[in-house]
Formats: sequence, C-alpha cells, structure tokens
Amino acid sequence: MNADLSSSSSIPSTGVNPEQDISRKGNFLMDEGFVYITLGFAVIAAGLIFWMAAIITEKAWPAIQTFGIPFIWSTDWSVPAEKFGALPYIFGTLVTSGIALLLAVPIGISVALITSENFLPQWVRTPLGFIVELIAAIPSVIIGLWGIFVFIPVFLPVQQFLHQTLGWFPLFSSEPPGPGILVAGLILTVMILPTISSISRDVLRSVPVTLRSASMALGATRWETIFRVMLPAAASGIVGASILGLGRALGETMAVAMVIGNTKRITPSLLDSASTIPAVLANEFAESHEGLHLQSLMLLGVILFILTLVVNIAAVWIIQALSLKGRE
Amino acid sequence: MDSQSTQTVADNANLSPALRVHNLAFYYGTKKALEGVTVDMYQNQVTALIGPSGCGKSTFIKALNRIGELEGDITIEGLVEFYGQNIYASNVNLNQLRRQIGMVFQKPNPFPMSIYDNVAYGLRVFGRISKTVLDETVEVALRGSALWDEVKDNLRKSALGLSGGQQQRLCIARAMAVRPKVLLMDEPCSALDPISTMKIEDLIHSLRNEVTIVIVTHNMQQASRVSDYTAFFNTDESRIGQLVEYNLTPQIFGAATDSRTRDYVEGRFG
Amino acid sequence: MSTSPIPHPSVSDTDASLIFQPLSFNRTFFSRGMTGLAFVLSGLAILPLFSILFEVIKNGLPQLTLDTLTQLPAPAGMEGIPDGLGNCIIGTLMMVFLASLMSIPIGILAAIYLSEFGQGSAIGSGIRFLITVLSGVPSIVVGLFAYTVIVFTTKTFSGLAGSFALAIVMVPIITLSTLEALKLVPTAQRLASSALGANRFQTTFKIVVSSALPVITTGTLLAISRAIGETAPLIFTALFTINWPDGFFQPTPSLSVMIYNYAGSPFIEQNAMAWTGALVLVFIVLCINIFSRLVLAKTR
Repeated sequence: MNADLSSSSSIPSTGVNPEQDISRKGNFLMDEGFVYITLGFAVIAAGLIFWMAAIITEKAWPAIQTFGIPFIWSTDWSVPAEKFGALPYIFGTLVTSGIALLLAVPIGISVALITSENFLPQWVRTPLGFIVELIAAIPSVIIGLWGIFVFIPVFLPVQQFLHQTLGWFPLFSSEPPGPGILVAGLILTVMILPTISSISRDVLRSVPVTLRSASMALGATRWETIFRVMLPAAASGIVGASILGLGRALGETMAVAMVIGNTKRITPSLLDSASTIPAVLANEFAESHEGLHLQSLMLLGVILFILTLVVNIAAVWIIQALSLKGRE
Repeated sequence: MDSQSTQTVADNANLSPALRVHNLAFYYGTKKALEGVTVDMYQNQVTALIGPSGCGKSTFIKALNRIGELEGDITIEGLVEFYGQNIYASNVNLNQLRRQIGMVFQKPNPFPMSIYDNVAYGLRVFGRISKTVLDETVEVALRGSALWDEVKDNLRKSALGLSGGQQQRLCIARAMAVRPKVLLMDEPCSALDPISTMKIEDLIHSLRNEVTIVIVTHNMQQASRVSDYTAFFNTDESRIGQLVEYNLTPQIFGAATDSRTRDYVEGRFG
Repeated sequence: MSTSPIPHPSVSDTDASLIFQPLSFNRTFFSRGMTGLAFVLSGLAILPLFSILFEVIKNGLPQLTLDTLTQLPAPAGMEGIPDGLGNCIIGTLMMVFLASLMSIPIGILAAIYLSEFGQGSAIGSGIRFLITVLSGVPSIVVGLFAYTVIVFTTKTFSGLAGSFALAIVMVPIITLSTLEALKLVPTAQRLASSALGANRFQTTFKIVVSSALPVITTGTLLAISRAIGETAPLIFTALFTINWPDGFFQPTPSLSVMIYNYAGSPFIEQNAMAWTGALVLVFIVLCINIFSRLVLAKTR
C-alpha cells in the first residue's frame, strides 16, 4: 500500500534524506547570522542619535567652557568682540513656535473634525484631508519663497493696521518692517498644521462610535457631543499631536530664516523682526571661521537639539501610552 | 405582505399606545432591509423584539428614536407616531425626540468621565441646573437602576472602572435620568454574564412602572421572562426583514399562530 | 422595589408635542456658530496650499524652457546668455542618489530587525524609540553633525557631506515606514514559510519583504522626496556653486539651496530663477507624494 501511494504521488522527490536533513545543523549564516546582520544595521540607525549628540557637544565644548551656563541668558552676540549669548535666539525660537502652536491647534482640530465627522460627504472629506496633508510635502524653502514674495506683501497692510489701531499695546508697538515674528509664526502655523490635523483626525476616528450614539441618544447636539465626549476622549492624542507639531516648529529652519528678518533682538512687539536658533545657524554658520564663533553656533545647535529632544520624547511617550491604552 | 400589515392584539382595550408604527420600511442606500412593519407598543408595557440575526430588529429599534440615521445612508418609509406625533415630520427637534425616547446600547458604553458626570450628562446638555437638583436626580437615577449602594462612595471615580454589568446599569441610569417616556434597549445583556443579566432583568421589571420599554433580545427565555408583548421578526426569501407575529408574550411562546414563530420559539432554527 | 419618580427641573410632565419644541436659542446658536467656525478655519487651512501652487506656477512657468533645465546659471546681472539651473538638478540628483545608497539598506534592514526579530524585546523597543526620536531631530542639527564629521575632517565643503546629511534625514523615515509595511504582512504567512523549512533569510525576503514591497517602495519614495526638498542640511555641507558638480568632493549645487540663495538675491532674474527652481521641485515632490498616496490607499 505504501508503495502504491508513493508511486501515484505527483510530487517529485527532492532527493533529500529527511533524517539527514533534520540532524544537519541549520544554515547558520542564513538564520542566526541574518538576524545579527539586521540587528547590526538597526543598532547603526539607532546609534546615529548618540553619535550626533557626542559630535556636536564635543565641537561646542570650548564655548561651553568659555561661557558656561550664562550663555543661555546672555544677550550679547558679537563676532568681533567674541562675545556670544543665546537668549535672543532662544526667545525668537520659543515665541514663533508658541504663536504657531496657539493658532495651529484650533485650526488643526477644526480640520480634524471636518474630515472625521459627517458634515460633508465622503467624496469631499477625503480630498480635503489629502490637500491639508500635502502641505507637509512642500519643501520648506518653497514655503519661505512664497512667504517673501507673496505672504509678506499681502500681510503687510494687516500688520500696519494692527500697529495703527492697537499700537499702544506692546504686542503691536513697533512699525512693521514686513518680515517679523508674527509672519514667522503664521508661516510655522501653516507648516505644523498637517501634523496636528492628521494625527488628531486619526485619534478622533478611533473614539468608539457607540459613545457618540449614546450622547446623541440623550438629546445632545453634534457640537455638544464633540465638546463633551469626543474631544475629551481624544484629548491625550490631540495633546501628543500638538507637542509633535511644536517639535517641528522649534526645529524648522528655512522658511523661518527667510521671513523673520534675522535681527538679534528681544522685543515685545510681534511686528518686529527677530531671529531664531535655526535661522542664525542657517545665516552665519557657512561664513563662520574656526574658533569661538563656530563653537558658539554649535552650542546653539546643542540647545536646539536638547529642546527638540525633550519635546519629541514627550510627544512619543504620550502617543505610545495612548496606543497601548487603545489596544486593551 | 398584507396578511402581516394588520397585526392585532386581543387584550389591548384599556392600554394606550406609546409608539405606533405603521407600514414601516427601511433602506440602507437602495437596499431594502425591512418592510411592512405595523405594530403598537403600549404604555408602561415591555415589548420584546425577537428573531434570528439579520432579521432587522436592531434596524427597527434604531428607527424609533431616529438614531439609525446617524450611522449612514438610510431611508425610511411609513409612519412612526410617538403619542400621536409623527416623529418623521420635518419640524421634529431630534434632540427633544431622543430625550423623550431614550436608548441603552448592546455593549455598555459609559463616557470616559466620572460616574456622576455620566448620569448628569443628559441634564447638563439641556441647560444649567442647580447642584442640588442635579445631585438628587443622579441619586434617584442610580437608585432606580439598583446601582446606588454599589457606587455612592465612588461617584467621582471614572465610570470605566466599573464591571460590565455595573456599566450597563449605569447606562440605564444615564438614560433614565432625563426621564424619557420610552426606553429602547438594544440587546442590553448580550455582553454580560448571567448574574449581571439577571440584575438587568429585575431592573426592567421595576422600570416598567415609569417608562415604556422596547427591548431587542436574542435570548428567548429573556423575552419570555421580562416582556408583556413579543414581536417576532424574520427575513423572507429575498432577505428582507419583516414582522411575522405580534402578540401577548404568553401567546407567542405558548400558542403562536404562525408556524415560523412556533419553529423559532421552540428552537428549531435561528 | 419602590422607585420614586425622578424629579425634573426644566420640563414639567412631558407632553409628546415637546418633540416639536425647537432647540433653545443658545444651543442652536452654539451649533451653527461652531459649524461655521470649523468651516472657516478649515478653509483657511487649505488656502496656503492653493496659493503656493498658484504662485509657483505663475512665477515659475514663464522662464521654464529647455535651456533652463539644461544650462548653467548666468552670472548675476548678465543678459543675453542662456540662464539655467541644470547644474542644480544634476547636483540634487547626485546627492539624493548617494544618500539613498547609504540610507535605504540601513533603513530596510533595521526595519526587518525591528519587525521580524526584535518585536517585543527590550532591545527592539529601545532601538525603535531612538529611531523615532532621530526622526524628530531638526535637519539643521543634522547639518551641523555632517559638517563636523565630513567637512571639518576633509577640510572642504562637498557633495559627500551633503549626501551624508541627507542620508541621516532619510534613515528614520525609511525605517519607520518599512516597519509599518512589514507589520501589515500576516504572521500566518511567515509561519507557513518556516513550516516548509525555509530559513529566516528566505522567509524574510521571499515572503515578507516581497509581499510588502509596494508599501516599502512608496515609503522609500516619500523619504527620497523629502530629501530632494531638504535645504537646511545642505547649506553648510554641500554649499553651492554656479558650476557643474564635479564629483562628490567639491561643493555641489542643489535646487533647494539655489532657491534659498536666489530668493534673497537683489537681482530680479535670480528671484525668477528661484521660482522656476521651486516649480521643478514642487512638480517632482508632488508627483511622488500623490503617486505614493494612491498606492497606499489601494493597498489598505
């Protein structure tokens, strides 16, 4: 009977003796070896961040030794006098990013709601979300170009109006030169909006449908449901998305460097020009010579690195905690 | 179809209908899901909707407070009257309607907030209410759903920390706190263990003094235990749901007139 | 059990005709107002993209000729000689090509480790965390790093340094998108392959990677598109030149740095050339993005 079976089988023999094959040690190179090779590359990819941290800190070290911690709150930045302090640039970075966050969060949540709720038919919602996310794909240098030649001229009358009518208020107390803090903040708003809206939309979509039904079944309107149930349920994800957007704003270089005016200045007026850490790096680094100037610029890089690291780690943690919770 | 469109119930002389459904049909997009349903649901009675999966019971119950239309492209034909008022009239305020006709869902769905805030939710939505009234209402609603003794010391704790059965009773308290005239229950026990199920059934018994209850259930023992009237739904050859038979519960379970109802309640299919 | 009737503060004993009572003014106002606000804000959100696309086409298209794409930039202020950005296109392609050679193998193999072998382990989640953090490092900081590692040691600005910086920008994007792609492959397929006696290398490449290949490719294309538009890592690594790129050990021109330099130029012709460069860049980047999203939408 066995003989019958094997002769009628259509599967050709592989010529392998099963007993021998099992006892033979597995192909080391193709099994464990392959795992170690991929592990090696994974370690290289992950190690880049340590290598980067070590290299720029080492390069900035002489500046750290010269200026110490006061570098952070010193306002000097003079190449001939070899005196350097980071405060004006830290100020510019935080204020422009703060403006962007303040504006991008409500707009981002609006977009997330419009694209996740059924205000509009699906065939309008999908392209709408797509268009907003496409902004993230536009290189920042092009957004800067648009900022210089299109946005600043269009926005200048608005700035002048703000100054003329609200000039007594410190935030609008200076004559607008065109480029400036407010413009940079608005440009950053445009750039971080896709991050906030797309993550918020995903989070809102993952809120169980039955919660919204329960709220509507109690007589709540759509917006009461959104404010009392949907947004609270999605809050941690929206916060994570906003922090991720903040991280992006802090490190954004080209567009800001092109529209902020690049003056070292700490000013209460949002209409004034200023500079940011990335902007001063873009402007001065290529022309800086070895020495304290370059080392101080490196130190600015270290500060920016730490700032974005803290913000991004916070965002990653919040979003990870959320996805763990979602899996339960 | 005509044979089913006029279902009469013998012992209804002194009962007034809270909900009257006349010749209701239901479409998902262009696909017909339910047709020719005519039924009266009487005030302060428990009406059970039974039938095999996919026969349109859930679809039907969601047409009674117009919550189904939130879930997609839905068209409804026919008439649904709530104490004589057409709920599909163009000037109906859906928020008021849904407040009058409450709903408890298949899976317990407390909001991610405290026990107290869950129960107070419906009242707060309709305007500012003094704390004393709110406190009192929350307590009464929680007592009414036999949950008060279990949670009175933890009112500020998250509702998500409750057990499944407690969550479902909380959802009933939440629905009852706005004092609806009708309570729709869509398989409220399907996600619960037998003991929790029993508690919910007790609750249904006690609530019928205050509210008209319509309950969808898969469990025929449950229908026979909790309901006064039973409606049996089934699908026809073209997979469109319809009401086969509607009568007093003992009649349906003891002396059904339709052979399909008899087969179903005796467990021969479904 | 006796239950007292629930007190009702605002509505006296309910009457069914209440269902026709309109929503209170406040609630109606709130609903309408919020809907209006959300629509206005969303409208504002899509305005910049349309304006950017419109302006890039309007200002970039007039100068776009075959010469523009193939010739060197004319020296500033000179008229009557062909003006182009051919060197920038070549420079960008060279650097992105070399950056891809460096980053794609690292990114894909790292993702294979994370998805196939390091899943759930402490090493795996640690590495994944670090790579996620790497993806958030500002690209200008990556530029500082590449400057120190390559420009400083070789004593010259170079295309190599630019490529190195771009590669570091690309690695986390490729790793994380490939990881997502590999996760979509059902575990059963891996088990089936192993059960047939395939070793890990064979299972990974013949089953897992090959079935995830379309998604991996689109993720990699998105990383390339990002690198094509990056400016900050190049301005002090590759620098810029108005000549043709000459190998990887000389300053190398790129479209993005050209746009940055010429945008701030006092010469109108150079401003115009910046817009044309932007048109070319936007065209490439949007083609890749739209194509990728269509592929992703299909596979999901």
